[in-house]
Amino acid sequence: MCLGIPGQVVEMYGAEGLPMGVVDFGGVRREVCLAYVADEVEVGSYAIVHVGFAISLVDEDEALRTYEALKELDQLDELEWMSDIGSPRPPGPVSDSVEGAEQPGDGSP
Amino acid sequence: MKFLSEYRDPELATALVQQIRSLSSRPWTLMEVCGGQTHTIVKQGILDVLGDSVEMIHGPGCPVCVTPLEQIDRALHLAGRPDVIFTSFGDMLRVPGSDCDLFQVRAQGGDVQVVYSPLDALELARANPDQEVVFFAVGFETTAPANAMAVWQARALGIENFSVLVSHVTVPPAMTAILESSDNRVQGFLAAGHVCTVMGWEEYEPIADRYQVPIVVTGFEPVDILEGIWMAIKQLEEGRAEVENQYARSVRRDGNRQARDIVSQVFELVDRQWRGIGEIPMSGLGLRDEFAAWDAERKFDLQGITATEPAECRAGDVLRGRIKPIECAAFGTTCTPENPLGAPMVSSEGACAAYWAYARYRTADDAGEGFAVQNAEPRS
Repeated sequence: MCLGIPGQVVEMYGAEGLPMGVVDFGGVRREVCLAYVADEVEVGSYAIVHVGFAISLVDEDEALRTYEALKELDQLDELEWMSDIGSPRPPGPVSDSVEGAEQPGDGSP
Repeated sequence: MKFLSEYRDPELATALVQQIRSLSSRPWTLMEVCGGQTHTIVKQGILDVLGDSVEMIHGPGCPVCVTPLEQIDRALHLAGRPDVIFTSFGDMLRVPGSDCDLFQVRAQGGDVQVVYSPLDALELARANPDQEVVFFAVGFETTAPANAMAVWQARALGIENFSVLVSHVTVPPAMTAILESSDNRVQGFLAAGHVCTVMGWEEYEPIADRYQVPIVVTGFEPVDILEGIWMAIKQLEEGRAEVENQYARSVRRDGNRQARDIVSQVFELVDRQWRGIGEIPMSGLGLRDEFAAWDAERKFDLQGITATEPAECRAGDVLRGRIKPIECAAFGTTCTPENPLGAPMVSSEGACAAYWAYARYRTADDAGEGFAVQNAEPRS
């Protein structure tokens, strides 16, 4: 669960004192906290995102390559959680969708 | 080396394997401490292509796997309380406690919710002011900044019905504990790329120096891992013991400063139990006193909950690299992903689950160096 997933920052805004944004992960969009990359991030940047937080910025080639590699390695668990839990943005109440999230973290094929 | 054709860059992979094999004057033993790397190594047959030049030991690199039984039981207790909404990352739900798991508590009426981000749990607390929302804060250094921020924001926004059950662990003390053990066989480490993306690698320098082991910060893709192994072997052959960075495209020496700052303001180093291993001094993160109001262990009376790990599960020996998963008598018999005895069989990053998924037809006799393989997945 220490693997981050790369995605592209498509929107930025502040919320309750935190720099936030929307990140697109191969079509799945999710609200992400940008506090830890605030100095450098801009709309269009590619970020490595772990549990809803951008932890570093990478270039586009690296982001796309890494995304494909994670897919091949069945290591897109976090993206599965996102899809299972739904609500691309804002995160909103998580309660509606969790019931269906059977073993969301278990990416074993 | 037939599997190399399946790699994203088969030519580079083949070249790296040849270099590792020709460079090794003797069999070397390395440990990776990252569940993602373990997954790649087992799934991609990296053990097999390296022959007897390198043995990889799969270290305690899966946070789900090392969360102590006691903390799981405390989570189960909290999740069963009628006044609590218990929130967690998805992979904790099937980890067996002494009597059941979080899924079962939910089936019995407990309010257990999976969240993607700890900030989602905080939002849930705000939306349910009459309930206590507890978030199960597990993970290595990669996850700590996110969990720290949730607590930071809870204080900033005055959200008092939110707390975290903390079971954070840190990698360097575990490496030190392994190196200190009398039966240690590890001669070099691959350090986890995304852990170091946050933390950098300064902490690893004194370990490399003191124990004279090469440590290579490594990514998680097959070619990354082969390159990390090659860099570590090269150091061993040349008699060097340094920290090197294979994963330069993501990792800087001082890591992510902003993330480290928040982590150190919210958390402090504490002694921590590791499931199957025992207590490792100063190997975990606990909330600082300033954040005691958001600490589930202090908010709820949990001290009376203690647990003893089942003797049949040899997770500790697996996590310390003493045995490969298939050498455990319970592997595939009384312990399967559907009915796990221990956490390494639960998480997709656990060594036992990785062997089950990709290498379960190996026999215990094969577990040593250079074994031939009959993989669970037929490969062309």
